[in-house]
Parts: sequence; structure tokens; C-alpha cells
Amino acid sequence: MLHTTDIATQPVWTILENVMDPEVPVLSVLDLGIVRHVSVNGNEVEVVITPTYTGCPAMDTIKASIQMELLAAGYSPVSVKQVLSPAWTTDWMSEEGKRKLKEYGIAPPNPKQQVCHQHLFVVDEAVQCPHCQSWHTRRISEFGSTACKALYQCNDCKEPFDYFKCH
Amino acid sequence: MFLLNYTLYLADNALLLGHRNSEWCGHGPVLEQDIAITNISLDLIGQARNFYQYAALLKNDGSTEDTFAYTRDIREFKNCLLTELPNGDWGQTILRQFLFSNYQYLLYEQLQHGHDQQLAAIAAKALKEVTYHLRWSSEWVIRLGDGTEESHRRMEQAIAEIWSYTGELFIPASYELEANANGIAPDLKTLEVSWLQKVNEIFTAASLSAFAKATADKVYMHKGGKQGNHTEYMGYILAELQFMQRAYPGAEW
Repeated sequence: MLHTTDIATQPVWTILENVMDPEVPVLSVLDLGIVRHVSVNGNEVEVVITPTYTGCPAMDTIKASIQMELLAAGYSPVSVKQVLSPAWTTDWMSEEGKRKLKEYGIAPPNPKQQVCHQHLFVVDEAVQCPHCQSWHTRRISEFGSTACKALYQCNDCKEPFDYFKCH
Repeated sequence: MFLLNYTLYLADNALLLGHRNSEWCGHGPVLEQDIAITNISLDLIGQARNFYQYAALLKNDGSTEDTFAYTRDIREFKNCLLTELPNGDWGQTILRQFLFSNYQYLLYEQLQHGHDQQLAAIAAKALKEVTYHLRWSSEWVIRLGDGTEESHRRMEQAIAEIWSYTGELFIPASYELEANANGIAPDLKTLEVSWLQKVNEIFTAASLSAFAKATADKVYMHKGGKQGNHTEYMGYILAELQFMQRAYPGAEW
């Protein structure tokens, strides 16, 4: 995370720890790394967020949740601004977030950007099965149930699972 | 004015192809590929939203992203004809996606370093996703072209159907020329060279011959979309896309 906290913004960051991604409800917006900046001026607060994927339909819900939580905590007015640059990367996801993802049954993103290239038919990225910890897995489809995930299957325990692809 | 038009051009391409791809939802040949094409759809519609939001800011007359998508009439849409063509079979959809992703990839690669900050930010963000689209569609062109006799035949047929809609991608409209002169948009001539190289590379790997023939014959190229002169398919798309706002202006969820 690229943020600094001080005595004024600290309570806001604490509140944001409890604003969850509606599609992956174990991850907070901080775990995801989408909160880029918080500024507080008296009762007024501005939160700057960046989308994970361009078309992520969860962004509007996330925006509204942040607003609701901060208003409930007594801040007013609350503005949530969206910026696109610099573009979000899974490198911004917290270690805590990766642990929670795995516990939830979604393989967390690998640390290196191995998939954002143009080489065709390359050997699948090594992804660990979140159920039995085997590395003996294969990719079924590079697109999954949401924009941020790919579909994998474990060759050992045979369970299919989502992989939060590195981006 | 050129900046608004150029932004709308980028938005309309993304919206129309996104809309066409979304027609596959629930109809894909297998579940995983149905999910893939609709994910691509989602990315494209997301891009369109970002561009329309910026266009609304530029226009500054109370327009919103929805005004552009739902209330403009056919002549105001600037998308290339390629993006509005019917899906055809899976091969034709794949081919169109490859040809367009190849274009979008090269375009955004330059746009992200252009002089307009917001367009550069949208492009840099989208480029990561377009990389997936290009890789996925390239692999499928090869798989189908170099697959069975039937899949090969259909890919050749798809090329015959849509190749003549690719020329327009590289014929600049006035707003593209101005955007280029202002250091915002790339030169389409340079883009075309890289685009053709990639097409050649993938078609060769896919054992597709029609491409060589198409260029040798210097086929007629359709154009006009960038200026708002669309195919007969466009009106049907808008009828579906805009029905709610036409029937119930201002309706909201």
C-alpha cells in the first residue's frame, strides 16, 4: 500500500478495513489494494479508489458501501473519487488478503506478472491448489466467474477452483 | 471538438463490439468459452464507460455516459463497421475479435503515452485486459484454422466475410488526424504495418491462405462508420440497446 496515515485519517482507514468486496466477501477494499488515498478535513472526507478491472461491476457497490460506512460513522460530506492511473495491479494486494483468499478457496495471485504477455500456448502458470496444496494443477480457462479470476482444476484432489489471476 | 469526437470514436468501438459479444451470453459453444467471450464483453463495455464518462466531462452540457450510449441516433455513432457486423458463427466472432483486439492493442500501446492524460490513463488500464483478449483470440484463430477440415473451411469463410471491413480501421477520420497532430493519437499508417505483421504471423500459424489472396486482390474496403455512415445492421442493434430509454425517457433502475 502506498498510503500514509496520520491522526486524522487513521479512523477512516480503520473503517475501510471493514468494507468488503461484494464478489469476494472475505477481502476488504484495503486487502484488495484499491484505496489509493484518504484525506480528511474536519468532518469532510475524500477517498480515492481505483478499479481492479476496467469493467468490474462491483465498483459502484464498493463506492456506495464506502460512502455508507463513513456517513454512518459521522463523516459528512463523503466523496469517493475514482482514478485510473496508475493502473491497479495484484502486486497491491496485501499478504493478509492473499492468506484470506486462500482460506476462502480461491488461489491468490502469484507475485510475478507472468500472464500479462503475448506468447501463445505457453505452459500454464504454476498455481497451488487452495484445497490440498498440490502444485499439480491445470488451467481450464483463463476467464472465470469474474473478470479477475481464471478457472483451474487440481490434478490430485480433482477439485476445480478459482485463481485470482495476477494482473 | 476533435478531442470529444475522438473520445466518442474510441467509446463507440468498445460499446458496439462489447454489445455484439454479449449476444453470445448463454449461447457459447462450451461453457468456458461462453464465459470468456462475455468477460471480454464486460471489459469492452467497461472501456466504453470510461471513454463516455470522459466525453461527458469534455462536452460539459449535462450529458452523462448514458446520454451518449442510449440517446444518440445512428449517424452520431462513430464506431468502425467491423464492430457492428453480426456475430456469424463462432469462427467469425473469433476472427473479428482477433482483428479488432490486434488493432486495439497497438492503438492503446501508443495512446497510453499520448498527450491527453485521461485517454492515456484509460488506455494504460485497458491495455492489460486487451493483452488477454489478443492472446485468447489469436490462440483460437490458430486452433480453428489449423483444426479440422470443417473448422478450417469456416475460418476461410469468415475471412471472406469480414476482411473487407478491416481497411477502415486505418483510414483516419478528421478527428483522428487532429488527435495525431496534437500528439494524442498514433499515426494509423505505422499502426497498420504492425497490425498486418501480426495478422500474417497468426494466419500463417493457422494455415489460413485467404489472407494472402485478399491482399493480392486488393479487395474493396467498406468504410463510413467513423463518419456515422453505418451498415444496415446498426439500426437493429440500437433498437435493442436503446429501447428502454426511447420508450421511457429518463427511466432509471
